[in-house]
Amino acid sequence: MERKYLLGNEAIAYACVESGVDFVSGYPGTPSSEVIDVLRTQPERSYYLEWSVNEKVALENALAAAWCGIRAICTMKHVGLNVAADPLMTSAYTGVTGGLVIMSADDPFAHSSQNEQDTRCYAHFARVPCLDPASVQEAHDMIPAAFRLSEEFGLPVIFRPTTRICHSKGDVALGDVVPSTRKGEFHKDPRQYVVIPAHTRILHKKLNEKQPAIKKRLVELGYNRFEILGKTAVIASGIAASYVQELLPAGVSFMKIGAYPIDEDWLGAFVGKHEKVLVIEELAPEVEDVVRQVAGCVPVFGKKNGYGSYEGELSPQAVAAILVKAGFLPVNPFAQVDPVQNLPLRPPILCAGCLHRSAAYAIKKIFKDAIYPSDIGCYTLGLQLGVVDTTICMGASITVASGIAHSGDPRDVLCTIGDSTFLHTGIQGLLNAVYNGANMTVVILDNRITAMTGHQPNPNTGVTACGVESPHVSLDAICRACGVRFVESVDPFDITGMMHVLEEAKKRKGVKVIIAKQMCVISARRAGVKRGRYQVDADACTGCGNCVRFGCPAIEFADEKASINDLCSGCAVCVQICPAGAIGREGKR
Amino acid sequence: MSGSFDILMVGIGGQGTILASNILGKACLIEGRHVKGAETHGMAQRGGSVESHIRIDGLFGPLIPPGQADLMISFDLLEALRYSHYLKKEGRLVVNSHLVLPTSVYTQKLASPTEDEIIAGLKKHALCLLDADKMASDAGSPLSQNVVMLGAASGSIPLKPESLLEAVRRLVPKKTVEINTKAFEMGREFGGTCR
Repeated sequence: MERKYLLGNEAIAYACVESGVDFVSGYPGTPSSEVIDVLRTQPERSYYLEWSVNEKVALENALAAAWCGIRAICTMKHVGLNVAADPLMTSAYTGVTGGLVIMSADDPFAHSSQNEQDTRCYAHFARVPCLDPASVQEAHDMIPAAFRLSEEFGLPVIFRPTTRICHSKGDVALGDVVPSTRKGEFHKDPRQYVVIPAHTRILHKKLNEKQPAIKKRLVELGYNRFEILGKTAVIASGIAASYVQELLPAGVSFMKIGAYPIDEDWLGAFVGKHEKVLVIEELAPEVEDVVRQVAGCVPVFGKKNGYGSYEGELSPQAVAAILVKAGFLPVNPFAQVDPVQNLPLRPPILCAGCLHRSAAYAIKKIFKDAIYPSDIGCYTLGLQLGVVDTTICMGASITVASGIAHSGDPRDVLCTIGDSTFLHTGIQGLLNAVYNGANMTVVILDNRITAMTGHQPNPNTGVTACGVESPHVSLDAICRACGVRFVESVDPFDITGMMHVLEEAKKRKGVKVIIAKQMCVISARRAGVKRGRYQVDADACTGCGNCVRFGCPAIEFADEKASINDLCSGCAVCVQICPAGAIGREGKR
Repeated sequence: MSGSFDILMVGIGGQGTILASNILGKACLIEGRHVKGAETHGMAQRGGSVESHIRIDGLFGPLIPPGQADLMISFDLLEALRYSHYLKKEGRLVVNSHLVLPTSVYTQKLASPTEDEIIAGLKKHALCLLDADKMASDAGSPLSQNVVMLGAASGSIPLKPESLLEAVRRLVPKKTVEINTKAFEMGREFGGTCR
């Protein structure tokens, strides 16, 4: 068996290949994106693969493939499952014939997300099985098991790794590739696939009847297991189980939960053999709730009585603190250490030469006192530049803008949205705003790529996930088809030109769309675009600080003079901003 | 407790911590040893502060608790100080002397410690300070700075230098094997003078 040092998401992708996956779909979202990125760049592929335009679209595609009897996986981040929740809930009723695995990656601590929701609650809600890995190796091993489970019970199976699985690494024992011999074939069966009331009532009952057998099967599979070693016990799930195993003292029983729903009889028998039980899990008290149901007189310690937190992620030191508080460890093995205080923070920042920064600069100049709804993408970092007043979820820049525009606030409303987000769930909001007569300006920040999650292509890129050229999509034509009369394309590196178009938009009523087109600077660098660097003429620099306030990481300031470092990618926007004309091409002044 | 040798690698997004972590992981596999790691991906990488945990012989979770790292490798002077509380008292520090000030220092006029102040703060631990940027350029490419750093730290890592060098050769782009081999050896030679 081959061993490799792999990122969790790479191990998951390899496991898909080993399982003979036939159909892959998804929408990028940290921490889930690398699964499809690995699968789409394999030298040989025996499966169909797509980046879909959003998670609902991805899941419906994968569901249909599984209805045709083939193995399908659909990947997304936890909030993507909100978008896909509509098909999820009813897919549990219709079921599947081929294996369907829905990977929804959670992000405790919201490292790269707008919330900390727990996918296990969705599995509970939809009544479908959920697998929750504790390590990279287990994440790998759960994938073939998830496909088999899905086929055995005819249900979608949710696979829920967290950031600390997806973006962890480990030495992973890989399995053999079992090539697929399946061929998709749809068998018409309206009682299964047409959920009219008469059918769906029966399907709901069938779903509920499957539950007891699922619970028993998950225990047999070994993802829920225990070792009785004493009179007290710790029960842990997901990555928390790995932290507990590192710290658990001798003589304490341990139960690991890696699959849901949990068999209450099995759990109750374990709890009943102990005098006290501590439950450690991240986010929602999914395990703790069941433990409390079956515990009877056995005292239960968990987040519901203050042993653990509903928020954030666990760590070895956080788990140690819980073990000490609940009396399972005499002292914390990790001495309290404090970081050095008052260091300047280094948060993520828009790249030098990013189109979003120059667009933000022009917007602030013309729409000085406007309200700025924004969206999910690198441009959310425009918060640092003062052009992000709201961000809630994908596509919600345009809808929040129209809501505010209709609210009676007299200020201008200008929202920003990236091209991939616009195609994900932005179009409906635009259609609605035009239809209902909102007065607002939409700036589509068009870099022709889904940049933040790792430069995945979208329909606006012109190639598919597998690199095949795709039909041209016109954002301009989409906006006009929604009924927008004012649609202008601009180059955000041409600050004067962009400001002129913004001024025009400001004068008009209705919904105005400005499409700011410029390549992502990272894509441009990879494509070999060389623009040459710029430099500051120290004699001409007056030290006014205009260029520094622009916020480009290539611009430094010392001894009352600006200078440009080697991060410069040559966008030349600072040249246009400098009132002293002190910035010019390197070597040409 | 884990019994692993814990290395924290820190720097700024884009400096090559992920490749360096892969090299360490590969070297562990070459020696048939277990290894666990965790790193920063996604938007947080965009010029932000990044950390990469590597636990040689690690069997459980991927995260190193503060105060427990045996070795810290920092690609930037300021980031070394930011994460220095992760080191054990007797832990070793291998630090690139290059300092990139955060843009917030310029845009929000935040105070930053001087290079001398940072170095004084780091000297609580056994410190090996090197100009990895210059050494990488001398080796043939400034991009090999991460491999210079691994070379400099290699004397403190419980892996054979041959395994590390073999991992470097297998993982860097083919055209750059020679440069990176030189970078590793230059770093290793310098690291030897730090003890």
